[in-house]
Order: sequence, then structure tokens, then C-alpha cells
Amino acid sequence: MGLINVTINNQTIAVEEGTTILEAAKKLDIRIPTLCYLNLEHVKTVNGSASCRVCVVEIEGRRNLAPSCATPVSEGMVVRTNTLRCIKARRLVVELLLSNHPTDCLICEKNLNCELQSLAAELDIRRIKFHGVRATHEKDISSKAIIRNMDKCILCRRCETMCNEVQTVHVYSAVNRGFDTFIAPALNLPMDKSICTFCGQCVSVCPTAALTVVNEARDGGHGKNGSCS
Amino acid sequence: MSNFRMHLLVCGGTGCTASDSLELVKMLKESIKKHEITNEVEVVVTGCFGFCEKGPILKVYPDNVFYITVKPEDAEEIITEHVIKGRKVERLLYVEPNTKKRLEGQKSIPFYKKQIRIALRNCGFINPEDINEYIAADGYQALAKCLTEMSPDEVIDTVVQSGLRGRGGGGYPTGLKWKYTRQNQSDEKYIICNADEGDPGAFMDRSILEGDPHSVLEAMAIAGYAIGAQYGYIYIRAEYPLAISRLEIAIKQARKLGLLGEDIFSTGFNFNIGLRYGAGAFVCGEETALIHSVEGKRGEPSSKPPFPAQRGVWDKPSCVNNVETFANIPPIFLKGPAWFKKIGTEKSPGTKVFALAGKVNNVGLVEVPMGITLREVIFDIGGGIKNNKRFKAVQTGGPSGGCITSENLDIPIDYESLSSIGSMMGSGGMIVMDEDNCMVDIAKFYIEFTKDESCGKCTPCRIGNTRMLEILEKITKGNGTEQDLKDLVELGDVIKDTSLCGLGQTSPNPVLSTLHYFQDEYLAHVRDKHCPAGVCQALFSFRILPEKCVGCTACARICPAHCIEGERKKVHVIDQSRCIKCGACYNTCKFNAIEKG
Amino acid sequence: MAKLKTVEELKKIRQAALNQLDLRSTAESEDKVLVRVGMATCGIANGARTTMKAILDEIAKQGLANVSVTQTGCIGYCAQEPVVEVVSKGMPSVLYGKVDENRGREIVIEHIKNGRLLQNAIINKSFENME
Repeated sequence: MGLINVTINNQTIAVEEGTTILEAAKKLDIRIPTLCYLNLEHVKTVNGSASCRVCVVEIEGRRNLAPSCATPVSEGMVVRTNTLRCIKARRLVVELLLSNHPTDCLICEKNLNCELQSLAAELDIRRIKFHGVRATHEKDISSKAIIRNMDKCILCRRCETMCNEVQTVHVYSAVNRGFDTFIAPALNLPMDKSICTFCGQCVSVCPTAALTVVNEARDGGHGKNGSCS
Repeated sequence: MSNFRMHLLVCGGTGCTASDSLELVKMLKESIKKHEITNEVEVVVTGCFGFCEKGPILKVYPDNVFYITVKPEDAEEIITEHVIKGRKVERLLYVEPNTKKRLEGQKSIPFYKKQIRIALRNCGFINPEDINEYIAADGYQALAKCLTEMSPDEVIDTVVQSGLRGRGGGGYPTGLKWKYTRQNQSDEKYIICNADEGDPGAFMDRSILEGDPHSVLEAMAIAGYAIGAQYGYIYIRAEYPLAISRLEIAIKQARKLGLLGEDIFSTGFNFNIGLRYGAGAFVCGEETALIHSVEGKRGEPSSKPPFPAQRGVWDKPSCVNNVETFANIPPIFLKGPAWFKKIGTEKSPGTKVFALAGKVNNVGLVEVPMGITLREVIFDIGGGIKNNKRFKAVQTGGPSGGCITSENLDIPIDYESLSSIGSMMGSGGMIVMDEDNCMVDIAKFYIEFTKDESCGKCTPCRIGNTRMLEILEKITKGNGTEQDLKDLVELGDVIKDTSLCGLGQTSPNPVLSTLHYFQDEYLAHVRDKHCPAGVCQALFSFRILPEKCVGCTACARICPAHCIEGERKKVHVIDQSRCIKCGACYNTCKFNAIEKG
Repeated sequence: MAKLKTVEELKKIRQAALNQLDLRSTAESEDKVLVRVGMATCGIANGARTTMKAILDEIAKQGLANVSVTQTGCIGYCAQEPVVEVVSKGMPSVLYGKVDENRGREIVIEHIKNGRLLQNAIINKSFENME
């Protein structure tokens, strides 16, 4: 494969064909914030949904911003990752995510371990400009292992990629559309009625507390969950 | 064979069918039978004539007489008077609004005068359910020519030379799309016809498929030969049952004659076509979402690259073209690319079909050469604004387009000029608005549409459009602030800049363009809490003018909320606290004594 | 119908189907030949319908395009019924009288196809000198 020259923030580098802007930037030690992106190198799987739009960058000659995680470099491409336009867009996207997210961070299971939280801090978001309706879903506590709290889902689709492509169990897919979209087992069945094998890989890739594991000490005696034998 | 001396062509498009044209056909046939002239006169059900405003349409050949708004009960008179006695039924002819003269020929009607019909050439001319009629109208000759006289590269060159651009909205050169798909090596490739027409008010693709399905099949086979594909999919909305049934018939007939199938014209070229039904998601008009839907997956777009030409259906190189684009292909081969290039403008050759709707006199389907002005389309062909109201704006490009105001009415229509004034060609919806339309309300309508149609995959489109709608709702309810207007622009710009697919990248256009051209109207909503057009219910009221009210009590009697009080022959008063602003009083008052504002 | 093997076969179908569409495609054309058959009570009583059918049949047999046959009311020449008027470009409008089945066919072959008037059947050269 041939080498391709790309210029990012005034630094030029030659990378292999097929390399994404994000990967090329990494080689130049340029950090582009990401959220939905997930590269599981050991199983050669990338969550390529490019759905969160946090990693957008400016490419010379293109009308719109491009997701750096899913855009392969091309010869002579000139990229800027830190312009005001990029930063403002990135911030607004995260603000939008937060406008549809519970603000119970202090008592959230993922407090200080949440990718959305750290991203908001990194982008210095100190207020949420837009307020409006918030998606509300019933918490799925049907299983003994995995709790699904779709109120906290940011639709990064990592769990889908993990479950369908890596584990090949195919439990998760998106249901409904637009603002009402959420991730659920087929027919929106509760987890304990689904084909889930409770391997827990989806929980490990979830950036927020949308998918968490049952904590026996905390959730024990919680009616249905019972004890983990 | 039978030698009919007369053909009665009745429009069987969806519009005319809805106004009982099939019942008319039945009555005509009965009358013909009754008068024992079944061997002389044939009734042919055709595709859409485009003049839907005046449907059902009946055209008499060879006399070339064009009847409008024909009702089933008119059948007997048409048969006894026109068909048997040769006397025209004057009352069913089109009346020219200015001269009040009755016009009998189709071409003499102003609605048709400025039209050039290429994509719609056979609509309203042939019977779409009879392949012989299509063949008689030079059908499948272009395919024969391509397969027997031209190499795939020559076929592609011809399309490149013609300058044809995608009619689905993007305006990408069709020839180049074919070329790239041809260049990508693969054992299998696919041709896809995008018939997922979803713009509110647009129905050109439906009409072509209903009126001339074979032209699309023929073009798909030509495209298949050009790029090296043996199979094509037509992705069509399940809400188009008539188009689907005509396509099914057409595919069956073409297969029977070997014009689809194996070894076409003994050239060794195989091509088959299958239908895939869409469930009515607007986003599936986006090519990557369409491809996923064809594969049976969730209709969500994915990042480009890879483009469909590289990796499309079943990960094979695929070429997605719109119905209208395909309908232009056969004439380009029969008449030559030079002929096509001469029509329209240099950068946008050919014609474009527009679905004219809204507050315009002649609602319908029109095909005009590129470069014609909006003024000509709306005022000459469309016959101007209904009820002599004032023109306010026209929305092109559907929910992805923008509003165009009267100052830009004389701009020649092509892909570039429409983009330069903040709108777009889109698939060809053209919705005309008059002084009674509130532009904030219009913007809200379109955002509501795109919010509903967002697939939910990417953040800006999923949450951003919802937030925009919420702000617009706030404004139309009288709770908006000037900061809200700034927020709309900020949100709109970012949604356009960061969304994954064309839906989100264009969804803020109706808001941004109305904010740009009708800022005063937005300001009136947020500053004065007043809706100048009297559409946003919270922002206007009805008042009875004491100097005009004669106390006839008509308003008080019709008011469903019983909130108008007053004695006979004395001035009436509306109790604003109970008024539901239905407008019943306003429409009832004969003395113009009720003011809206 | 069998599958088409060659382009020639497609052309054959087209030729056969053309008749069907001619009626429509020539409607706007300027130089079409117009045949008007008087079909008022007097005409019909004298067999105008048979005449018209014969004319239609002969036009199809001869494979003539660009001819349209229409009915018309009483021309006023009841004694000469069935009356047939032929209007074609470059020729005066001609009125034929007592057109039976055979004469109808003759008109199609001689007048329309070969451009020769049937002198013995003409009642008046044209409407102009009739008045």
C-alpha cells in the first residue's frame, strides 16, 4: 500500500492508505476528542458508527466538518482540528447530548469514570444552553447481571458493535427513530427474556451508565434480582 | 386487429383516480357498449397528465380535444355528442382565465405552453400497462442501440456528454457516477433506482412510474450494461400501490418479451430487476440508508466514503440513480447527447419536473427546461396565486430547501442558482406561499417533519432538530425571545456542519432561510407577540369593529365557544378570554366587521 | 408472445404497434389527412357506418399513418349520403357522395394513398364553391 501525505494543523505526515484522520493525528500527537469511537485492536474491530460527531474536523475544500474517526486521509489533504468552528461545533454537540442526559452525576455509578463526563470537562462545558424534553425509558432490571438504563444512553452504538460483531450474539439493535431512538434487544424484550448470554462485554464498552452490572451488595434483595448464585 | 378510429385517454394517475377517473372509465365503456361502437372507440387509461388541478383529464384522439374536470356522469354526453356526432362538449373544455375563451387543444393551454416533456414524454400519452404502446413510442430502441452498437464505455461517454445530472436533488453528474461504478472491479454490481420519494408535496417520481414504468426499466438495463451489473433493485415506497402494480406488470411484460432476463437481444447481456419496498422513511432516500434498507437492515445512513460506487448493496459496487434521472436516459440515446445539451442551461442541461403545490392556481406536475425563471413557472404555468392574493415566498427542495422571495423570482432555475440563494433544487417540490402563510409556522412545519424523519443515528440531527422545534414552538406560542433567534442560527449552523447525512445537513435550511428573508416576521413574534399573517393562534385575535357591525347575530350563532355576545341590531363583542380563534365568525360575517390581527 | 432474439424483432413489434399510437402521435401534426364521414340520421340510414368501417379497415390494410377518421353531422347533402369529405394538405378539400363500402376503400387507395381524385364520385370540389 502506498503512502499518503496529509497535513494536520500545519504538520505534514506520510501515512498508509486507508488511515483515518484520527489515526494520523495520533501519530502527530494531536489529540482530537472522541466519544463513540472505539478501536478494539486485539479483535480488529472498530466501532465505525461515526454517530456522536464529537471528533469533527475541518478539511480544506469540503463544505461540512468531517468525522475524523471515519474519514480516511487522501493525498494532499489539509486538516485543521482546532479551529474555532470545530471547537464550537464540538461543544454544541456535547451540550446537545447533555441536554438529553440526566444530571445525577454525583450519585451515578459511572461518576468520575464516565466518558461523557470527562469530555464535558475537557471541553469546559459549564452550562447547558438548550433545555427541552428528555427521553425517558423504563429501567430494565429484569436480569441478574446487566442493568439497562436507556435514559443515560448516548447512542454511541458501541454495545451493538461489541455484541453483534465481536461476540456475534446479536442482542442489541436500535429501536424507533429520531429523538425516540434507543438500543434494545429484539422486540424490546427485557434482558432476561432476550437471547443475551450475559457476557458483560457491552457493559465494559459503554461510555456512560446506560449499561451497568448488578452490584450484589448494593442491589441485593432488590426483589427480582435476588442473589447471584 | 381492431382499427379504432378514436381513442379516449383517461388519466389513471393517483390524483385523477382519487377524483373518480376509474368510475369515468367504467361509464365510458358502458356507454360505448350501449351505442354499439366498441369496435370503433377505445378507452385507454394513461399516466398523469400533470394538470391535476383540473382532473380528471380526458383527451380525445385524433381530434386532439382536451377535456377537464370530467365527471363519471359526463360520460354519456361525451359519447353521444363528441364520439358519435362529432360535436365537442364545450362546457368541459378549459377556459382561459384572461380571455374567457374555451381552448380545445392541450398545447394551447397556458399550463402546457412553456413545458418541454422529456421525462414525462409518455405520461398521459401511452397506456402504461401495455408494453406494445411503449415500444411503439420508440421504447427499448435505446437499449437495443446500446447493446448492439455501443461498448459500455461509449454508453457512459454518451451520458457524460449529455451533461445529465442527478434529478433526485444532489445534481451529481450521472455519467461520472456510472463511470466510477464501472471502474470498481467486482464479480457483482448493482443498479438501484431510488423511488423513495418523500418530500411533502412531491410526486414526480410516482407519476413517472405510474405513467411510463418501462422507461425506467429500460434505462436501468442500459445503466446495468454500462457499469457491468446484472441486477437492479427498485426501492419504492410501499405507499405507492399504483406505481408498484404498474411496475410489476411492466417487469412481467418485459421479461416475457426477453427485454429483461437472460441473453437480451442475443448479446449475452443478462439483466433482471426486483422491487424492494420502503416503509416510508424519508431518510431512506439517502443512498446509504437506502442501501441498508434494501439489505433488510435498519434504514440508517453511514459515513461516506465508502461511496456506493465502491461498496454498496451487499458490499458490492452499486449505482444509485433517481427515477426521473433514469427517465431521461432513453431519449438521450435516441436523439443524441447534443440534442439534450441544447435544452436547459450550460451547467444544468435538460429539463426538471416540478410538483407545483400550495397557493397556486394550477396545482400539478410540470416539466420545464432548466433556466426558466420561478416567475414563469409560478405565474405563467401555475396561473398565479389563488384568490388574487399576494405572493410571499416559494419553497423549493422540500424540507431540505429554503424559501425564495419575490426579489429572486427572476433567477433562472438551475442547481447552482438555487443553492446561491439559500435553497436547493431538491427532488422538485415547489410549494407556493401567499400573504396568509406565517413563515415561522412554515419553518416549524418543516422542522417538525425532519425531526420526525431523523433516523436518530447522529447527535446533531437527533437532538438538535428536536431543540430547534422546541424553540420554534416557544416562539409561535408567544414565549420567544430575541436570544432564541440567535440560538436558532447557532444550532442550525452546527446541525448543518456536523450531521452525518444529507437529511441533517440540510434540515435547518427552512429555518435559516426564513430567518434571513423574514426576520421582521420573527421579530414581530418575539417582540410584539404578534403573528402578522394571523396563523399562530396565540399571537393574534379577532375583534369586532363597532362601526361596521350591524348586529345581525350571525357570528354569535356560529361561534362554537359561545363567546360572542350582543343584542340584535346592536354591536357585538368577543370575549377574548374564551375565544378559541377558530375563525368561524371571521368567515361568516358578511359585513367585514371582524378584524383579524 | 415469444422472447425477442434480435433488434429486428423489436422493430417488427414496433411497426405493428405503431398503428395504435398513430392516432395519437399525429394528432398535433399539420399534414395529416382528415376523413370526415357524415353520420347524421340520413348518413347512417344510408349505410355510413358500414362505409366508415370499410375505410378504417382499408387504412389499416394499406398501413397508412397520419390519417384520422372522424364522424361529423349532416353536411346538408342528404340525397348524396353517405357523404365523405377528405382534407389533406396540398389538395383541395374534396367531398365524395354515395360512398358505399367499395367506394370507401377506393377513396383510401386512390385518393389518400396514391393522391388521385376519384373524379366520378366527387359532388363538389370543395366547400368554397358549394356555396
